[in-house]
Amino acid sequence: MPVACTFVTTAPPLIVARGLEKRFGASVAVDGIDVHVEAGEAFGFLGPNGAGKTSTMRMIGCVSPRSGGELSVLGFDPATDGPQIRARLGVVPQEDTLDLELTVRENVLIYGRYFDLPRAAIRTRADELLEFVQLTDRSNDRVDNLSGGMKRRLTIARALVNRPDLVLLDEPTTGLDPQARHLVWDRLYRLKRQGATLVLTTHYMDEAEQLCDRLVIMDAGRIVAEGSPRQLIEKHATREVVELRFRSESVQHAALPRLHAIGARIEELADRVLLYTNTGEADVERLQADGLETETLLIRRASLEDVFLTLTGRTLEE
Amino acid sequence: MSFLFVHVVERNFMAYRRMWLVFLSGFVEPVLFLLSIGVGVGKLVGSVTVPGVGAIPYDMFVAPALLATSAMNGSVFDTTFNFFFKYKYAKSFDAMLATPLGTTDVALGEMGWALLRGTIYAAAFLATMLVFGLVESWWAILAIPASMLIGFAFAGAGMAATTWMRSFVDFDYVNIVLVPMFLFSATFFPLSRYPEALQWVVRVTPLYQGVAIERSLVLGDLHWTLLLNVAYLVVMGLVGVRVAGKRLTKLLTP
Repeated sequence: MPVACTFVTTAPPLIVARGLEKRFGASVAVDGIDVHVEAGEAFGFLGPNGAGKTSTMRMIGCVSPRSGGELSVLGFDPATDGPQIRARLGVVPQEDTLDLELTVRENVLIYGRYFDLPRAAIRTRADELLEFVQLTDRSNDRVDNLSGGMKRRLTIARALVNRPDLVLLDEPTTGLDPQARHLVWDRLYRLKRQGATLVLTTHYMDEAEQLCDRLVIMDAGRIVAEGSPRQLIEKHATREVVELRFRSESVQHAALPRLHAIGARIEELADRVLLYTNTGEADVERLQADGLETETLLIRRASLEDVFLTLTGRTLEE
Repeated sequence: MSFLFVHVVERNFMAYRRMWLVFLSGFVEPVLFLLSIGVGVGKLVGSVTVPGVGAIPYDMFVAPALLATSAMNGSVFDTTFNFFFKYKYAKSFDAMLATPLGTTDVALGEMGWALLRGTIYAAAFLATMLVFGLVESWWAILAIPASMLIGFAFAGAGMAATTWMRSFVDFDYVNIVLVPMFLFSATFFPLSRYPEALQWVVRVTPLYQGVAIERSLVLGDLHWTLLLNVAYLVVMGLVGVRVAGKRLTKLLTP
């Protein structure tokens, strides 16, 4: 057996979950999921609100005890070794938890102290990190005065102060405007290139497609699919999707028999019909030759949204 | 048990460097009371007879009680209003718990800060009393650790109570408890003014323990029953911290 190969296979996964469960009283938030995340991966939990993503992240982050199943993070058990694990995690929570009574730089400094790091080392690190998230010129500002995107970037900088082995990001760009989102993505992309292991949750397909090497799709506490964005699309969707919008609901309804005649799988939504096909151009030509009248018509590549729709019968952001 | 909680104290130190005016206010309040009630009203009252000591000027009677009260108020304020804000709105504790810090570290750290702050106030107020000529004994030096003990007891109770608060409206209950204690714990008139039955009610309230300890130390009138007062406050603080720690674990890491 080649030496290099042995080396790779013995590197233990950073996260292993088997039958992991989280219950709050009678309600089940996470219903027996299996997950493993390898070092250097960017791994995503994609799903709508209430799918159990945050509960899962909180269990991995050792701030919420599991209700059942097995979980190991960095080789330790969160139930008994929480502080040791957290010492090596970088957590970007969904809600901003920045210290509003401190300045931008102080936020990073005191966070480093929570990890019991020496002051001098944190000072150097803080300057590097503020540079990395492009907040150097705001170092001495109060956090109150920052925009949403800046706060997010500061939260990311803060989470990196202890040079974490694993970075957990819970919906890192929810609530940000497109420009701020791209800035955050850009930083996360750089982190990924530097070899960091990222685990993130999102309900944005584009975010998952941009950042994740591998992801699971969650719905109602369960994992419904797993793979790379490309694999998932290939497996659960067709190459292309034709989106058709009609003048009214009745026109849409009347058009259905002709659409079914194409023979492709059809998903009927309130405001449009999706046609899953590998031959978009040809199908559209046939429909138009047939005299089908649409308001708008669009052929696009299939996305994770389509995968989610196929698997759950619902759109992600409804 | 770790020493990580000192970083929580450090965080507060960092934040208050810019809020020194707020910090100062905690010292000014008891001094104002001393001037208005102790010195002002004291002129009308004359002297008060304390069993075992004899007749003393009214301001000398009130000052140690104000020392005890300020220890209570400072510590309750830090562990109720401030604590609630951090816990519910600023989410400061959620940020801390994502690090190696645990809920016990958070509780101990916040309490440590309340005590540190209280100690500084106590020392400053004791110095003021000294300037006004209201200190009768070298035992008074122990009034500072006594203030810390009072602070500890009320910090524990305050923090535990705060874990049941739902909104700032609930803090009216804090005043409903604090104000009567402030007025009736043998603070402004001796216990002997009460009918026998009521004296026993006052004797079992927490602030009374603090007032009794501080007054004895400042007047140099020590007796063994002080140990009971001390034990009362120690137990109150320990139970409070324990309850607060458990409740915080339940609330912050569900």
